[in-house]
Amino acid sequence: MPLTDAPRIMTARLGDPDSYTIERYLETGGYQALRKALTMTPAEVAAEVDAASLLGRGGAGFPAGRKWSMLKKDPVTSLVVNGDESEPATFKDHLLIERIPHQILEGVIISAYALQVTRAFVYVRGEFALGLERMEQALNDAYHHGAVGADIFSSGFSLDIVVHPGAGAYICGDETALLESLEGKRGFPRIKPPYYPAVIGLYHQPTVVNNVETMANIPWIVANGGAAFAALGAGRSCGTRMFALSGHVNRPGPYEVEMVKVSFRDLIYAEELGGGIRADRELKAFIPGGASSPWFGPEHLDLPLGQDEVGQAGSMLGSGSVVVMDSSTCPVRAAWRITKFFFRESCGQCTPCREGSGWLERILYRIENGGGREQDLDLLLDICDNISPGVHWPPEQTTICPLGPSIPPSIASSLLRFRDDYLVHIKDGGCPHG
Amino acid sequence: MSYFNATMTGRARQLVSLYPEPRSALVPLCHLAQEQDGWLTPEAMEEIAELVGVTPAEVRGTATFYDMLHTEPVGRYVVAVCTNIACLLDGAIELLAHAQERLGVPVGATTPDGLFTLEEAECLADCDHPPCVQVNHRFVRTTTAAAFDRLVEELSAGGHAEDIPAHGTLVRVRRSGGLRVDAGQIARERAAQEGSG
Amino acid sequence: MADPEPSIEPETDAVTFTLDGRQVSARKGELVISAAERAGVYIPRFCYHPRMEPVGMCRMCLVEVAGPRGASLQPACIITVDDGAEVSTTSPKVRKAQDGILEFLLINHPLDCPVCDKGGECPLQDQTLAYGPGESRFVEEKRHFAKPIAISDLVLLDRERCIQCARCTRFAEEIAGEAQIDFSGRGERVEVATFPARPFTSYFSGNTVQICPVGALTATPYRFTARPWDLDQVESTCTTCAFGCRVAVQSSANRLTRLLGLDAEPVNQGWLCDKGRFSFEAVNGDEVAAGPSDDTEAVTLGTHRPGEFAGEVAETASRVGRVTEPMLLDGERHVRVGWSEALAEAARRLEAIRIAHGPGAIAFIGGGRLTNEGAYAWTKLAKAVIGTDSVDAQPGDGLPADLVLSLPRATIAETCSAPVVLLFAGDVREELPVLFLRLRRAALDHKIRIVEVSPRATAMSEYAAVSLRVRPGDAPSVARALVGEPSSSPSHPAGPAFAPEQLERARTLLAAAAADGPPGTGVVVAFSRASLAEDPSVAATAVSTLALAWPGARFLPLLRRGNVQGALDMGMAPGVLPGRTSLDTGRDWFTDHWGSVPETRGRDATAALRSATESGPGAVRALVLLGCDPLEDFPDSDLAARALADAELVVAVAGHPGPALDHADVVLPVAVVHERPGTTTNIEGRVTRLGQKLAPPGLAWPDWTIASALSDELGYDLAIGSVGEIGEEIERVAPAYRGFAPGFLDQVSGHDGLVVPLGAADVPVVVPIDPIATPGVESVERQGAPPRVGLTEPLSRELLAALHPDERAEHAPPPLRRPAPASVTVPSPDHYSLRLVSTRRLYDHGAAMTGSPSLDRLVPAAEAVANPSELARLGVERGDRVRVSSPRGEVVLEARPDDGVPKGVLVVEFNLSEPTGGRKNAAASLIDATAVVNDVRLETL
Ligand SMILES: Cc1cc2nc3c(=O)[nH]c(=O)nc-3n(C[C@H](O)[C@H](O)[C@H](O)COP(=O)(O)O)c2cc1C
Ligand code: SF4
Ligand code: FES
Repeated sequence: MPLTDAPRIMTARLGDPDSYTIERYLETGGYQALRKALTMTPAEVAAEVDAASLLGRGGAGFPAGRKWSMLKKDPVTSLVVNGDESEPATFKDHLLIERIPHQILEGVIISAYALQVTRAFVYVRGEFALGLERMEQALNDAYHHGAVGADIFSSGFSLDIVVHPGAGAYICGDETALLESLEGKRGFPRIKPPYYPAVIGLYHQPTVVNNVETMANIPWIVANGGAAFAALGAGRSCGTRMFALSGHVNRPGPYEVEMVKVSFRDLIYAEELGGGIRADRELKAFIPGGASSPWFGPEHLDLPLGQDEVGQAGSMLGSGSVVVMDSSTCPVRAAWRITKFFFRESCGQCTPCREGSGWLERILYRIENGGGREQDLDLLLDICDNISPGVHWPPEQTTICPLGPSIPPSIASSLLRFRDDYLVHIKDGGCPHG
Repeated sequence: MSYFNATMTGRARQLVSLYPEPRSALVPLCHLAQEQDGWLTPEAMEEIAELVGVTPAEVRGTATFYDMLHTEPVGRYVVAVCTNIACLLDGAIELLAHAQERLGVPVGATTPDGLFTLEEAECLADCDHPPCVQVNHRFVRTTTAAAFDRLVEELSAGGHAEDIPAHGTLVRVRRSGGLRVDAGQIARERAAQEGSG
Repeated sequence: MADPEPSIEPETDAVTFTLDGRQVSARKGELVISAAERAGVYIPRFCYHPRMEPVGMCRMCLVEVAGPRGASLQPACIITVDDGAEVSTTSPKVRKAQDGILEFLLINHPLDCPVCDKGGECPLQDQTLAYGPGESRFVEEKRHFAKPIAISDLVLLDRERCIQCARCTRFAEEIAGEAQIDFSGRGERVEVATFPARPFTSYFSGNTVQICPVGALTATPYRFTARPWDLDQVESTCTTCAFGCRVAVQSSANRLTRLLGLDAEPVNQGWLCDKGRFSFEAVNGDEVAAGPSDDTEAVTLGTHRPGEFAGEVAETASRVGRVTEPMLLDGERHVRVGWSEALAEAARRLEAIRIAHGPGAIAFIGGGRLTNEGAYAWTKLAKAVIGTDSVDAQPGDGLPADLVLSLPRATIAETCSAPVVLLFAGDVREELPVLFLRLRRAALDHKIRIVEVSPRATAMSEYAAVSLRVRPGDAPSVARALVGEPSSSPSHPAGPAFAPEQLERARTLLAAAAADGPPGTGVVVAFSRASLAEDPSVAATAVSTLALAWPGARFLPLLRRGNVQGALDMGMAPGVLPGRTSLDTGRDWFTDHWGSVPETRGRDATAALRSATESGPGAVRALVLLGCDPLEDFPDSDLAARALADAELVVAVAGHPGPALDHADVVLPVAVVHERPGTTTNIEGRVTRLGQKLAPPGLAWPDWTIASALSDELGYDLAIGSVGEIGEEIERVAPAYRGFAPGFLDQVSGHDGLVVPLGAADVPVVVPIDPIATPGVESVERQGAPPRVGLTEPLSRELLAALHPDERAEHAPPPLRRPAPASVTVPSPDHYSLRLVSTRRLYDHGAAMTGSPSLDRLVPAAEAVANPSELARLGVERGDRVRVSSPRGEVVLEARPDDGVPKGVLVVEFNLSEPTGGRKNAAASLIDATAVVNDVRLETL
């Protein structure tokens, strides 16, 4: 039960174990929004999405309507849906892909109609084997239902969708790396400029890339009107949003809540949400928006779950993953593991990211395992500085993609908050948490 | 001499036909080859190169970028234990250590009987069931050492055949519906591009 | 259709920006890194290479750019110059970033500079000294890889040294079009890799070694042979083929150690092929290193070739890699003699034959390996002193000189930007490799469209808009069809070689090339003698047909041999005189300058060799071989062998041993490329300087000196005392070279040469050298040679005008007139034979390859290549041995199906041996050079 009486746009269907089948989807009003959209002009559909003020749910939070309006409609365009979800502790798209693939597809078809593109690709993370099966099945069923393919519902609009499997590389979540990957190449993010796939994207043609959750919102927006969506939440953060809550809480899981109207404290402590910290321990820190966001402490608990609100407080909502660390947590170990993630997942193009991530990981590992030296703390920060000059928030990006500058925040913020923990490691020659 | 068997050849052709540019089928074809043999043999990579119009070096170069694509043989079951942040907070490192002990191989290695390959995974997006374990990319939600041991025993005894298909089998559902909306479309796009180029 | 955008003038194209506080102008859309470089500010970089697409990977080139949201660091190799931008390359933030990148690059880089080939010329080393931090803060373990692994026979890869700049992989994919190497892995484990058991066999692999900014890629021929600071360098031109790549030639202790490509905008743009790059080994030869040997000992010159008998080489201590001393044939053996004795003997016997049988009894064959000056001196000796016109620089493998010299010439730059290039040729990658790179890029960048007409599918076919197959003898009718003349389409029992739609598409493209102008405008015809098993008159007729129908077209002859264009320009062909003049029209002018010229037109190489096998009045009795071995160069080895055996006198001017030397009564050792100064002229007519890097080995003399001394011996003074003097004489008497003062080439803007006749479309462009585009060149230049960085002024109009002494023009003979198309009669094919095609291969048994140990092993065996259906008919599979027989001889080869070969045709590539090692030039033992086409039988064994 959400804390507000906002509609459950993402989660309404999840109670049913067969929510992924076309039968259940049709029974619960599936593809009605598409039928409605097809009675409107593409521009009218796009206008509803613009009015909804839907921020992209992939992490960067770019308004979907604005992105769509930037699409150059010439010569041939594609819509690409990002279901690569690999950001640590983010597990909402996984759920949506496995459980409501039709809702995603319906959003894709409507969006394609609004954008007047005739081909779309749904890029699904390779490790989601079940999700891929369900998505492929849903696509087959949608074709047979007449919702995809030639002359959709006799409207004259035609669309082909391809479900494309990833193969295990976090970087392919970055939209330009994803396009490279979709072209059958290594997932090397593309150099900028050009800045937007909407100008040069898939096959060097204009392309819109949107997140799976972003797409899954579209049917509701068309059915209920953009204004209804915009009425939810506050400020720039409209609608409801999926938050993936994990770590030391009693009830980890994905939760849909109305944006801004709910705070981190609600998310972590409310009975119907996180249910509080396990064994009633103290909150040590929490990561508000994925591995690349600076950590927050107890003083940030009352911040509302809003994009700008969190941004102004010095971190980000990112991909909507909140990781709770209680008083037993070793911050060095946590920072090391996050750094190790970036080290393993750096694509290897840019010198600072490729070399710097490994260097940082080795130093942190050394500190955690008793080989730390006092000068290591300054060294860590200086290496961070050489990856993202200034080590401030939001980070300065001098690499090709944002992965590089994603490395420093966990190190810098944990050092800022828990310098003493680091020093104890160095002095005692190991981790006090065992 | 073709690498893919008869059924797979048909699938391979269909995969290539789904995309405006053949190279886009490279990764899906690698998955297909792994479905046939469990890993990417040199012959597989050479045939994929031919199918999508690149060199074998490019197929190998691309495939080695991706963790799921193996250019060396792997065990029948690839066991992946996530140790990323959410799982780390819930005993993942300990479970991984246990797994190494139980299987008797370090991370990255395959048991001598060829049954298990152990991998340390990055976040698998199932963080509300930590520590997260996948076998052949199926979530098994085996979060304790005891449960892990039970699973290994069952797998060794040939269990779970239904829910955990052979390694490399990524999807068991094939695209059936909807051929390309308009087969002539690609040709026209190409011509238009050439004309403007 | 009206173009809404007015065409942009260079002036409106300029933008101004602030660079380190200074106002600098740049071209709109130019990259900051190159705009800064032209303004004299060098921004450090590793991955950026001016001839490849930027990838922005190394992040070394970060500069600070002021923007609406404050200054930020941006990669100068990616961002373009905006009008009014403010760029700092030296701010504290930039410095910090550069230090940081260098530190990152070094943490995993081995500290093995003292044993690294790149040590001393390594941008990483240099920049570390210039920008890097002092002492290492990296205490962790470095990344380890197995030390150097061979990725081909020529290239080694040390992955620990690699800095992941992607220059080599980009080169392979983007420039060479052969992605045999690619990155593999991800993140810190990204490494350059080949596919297992598929080495990096590209003809262009050496370029990756040259552009590798560290010592990760090294070349086996150079490895550990020298340290950069010991190297001495001259600029020169590669004459391995006739394309004329500019090179830096480096040596140490009178041995060549390395060739590096120079970035000559009009020609090679920095690249070289591996044959050109590594065949310097043949210049060194083993004799040079071995020192002088016993004087009295008889030596075998012809039959023992380096590496020929794998087992014996080690024992044969005096393996002969070069001809270094004059020799006379004494019975069966060659005996070393002094120059005066050798010259006197040659003169005495030549004079005797001339007196007894007339000057026409003496024929000169070869000349493509000479300098322009040498070619001129030998022509003057032959045509003015001896009085024979039987001089032919092309040993039966070229096209008629009067045709080649009379066609309106296209430059390489024009060819690479022509609306349509009609490639009436063989495989350009095999014949003129770097031209292939240029054309391939031009086609991919949509600068040109290619219509290919070739006897078999080539490396270029996939880049061609249309590619037509032509069977032996059919070229003239295809040419007529292309220009829209009625032509009986070539008929063949196996059916047409191409579909009518392809011909239609080719004609449409050709017709669309020019909206206005005379027919053929906008078309460049690049043509060659694609098959050596077909009489040159066939290709010549086709080309003349095109020329006649298309007065607006321009032509680029794809001659293959080193300086063959220069030799033809110097008159080394029957019926022509220096400066693209004919014997008839130039008679008076040259009689004034030379005293006399031959009475009648002489014989070409084929006719001369055939005549040498005949007796009777007027037959050829003496053959003078000028750096040419008919037994491997001439398409018909049976005829060549008989001619050499029957000739009364064979004089060989030779730098390298070859089988023909067995027949040479007099052997005169000649200095080869890199051993003598001079000039050379490439296929577009570009004259460039050849640098001398080594002293000639032993007693070898420069080519022109031998001609001059022999002339003295014959009692005539050629009146040439130096290369410079010959250059001046050429400028004075050779019409096409009018105004071409040799001194011009010494000016900076003349380094990359100038196209003759002057004033052709050519305006020289000197591009600044990016020191890390050509690492070795830069560091050597720092040792002394003048740097070319920053010198970008083109040759001034005034200078060009001054070079044109037009008053002499009136008296000079007019240029050659184009011969009218002949008609050739081709016998019709029968059902039992296949028509033989013999195309060229870059790696063959020529002296450049066999004399270079590193390259010699790469020469493949000859194969019998045919359409799969032809082989299927015989039940032959790939790799099966088959017998190929012609009236001339038979060879046993392995069969290879290739659906790029039309039915009814068999391809045996030229100058490759039987797989058993038997016949060295399998194709030449099948070919009858006096037949229009050659038919062969294919049988199973
Ligand atoms: C390193 C990196 C990883 C990313 N991973 C994902 C991802 O897994 N899923 C996703 O939707 N967006 C991801 N993004 C963001 C995408 O680049 C892109 O902004 C997003 O897909 C756009 O969709 P949206 O506008 O609907 O949010 C990632 C970005 C970066 C830099
Ligand atoms: S920042 Fe890292 S992940 Fe991003 S492109 Fe550069 S190396 Fe690759
Ligand atoms: S990033 Fe600009 S030179 Fe490498």
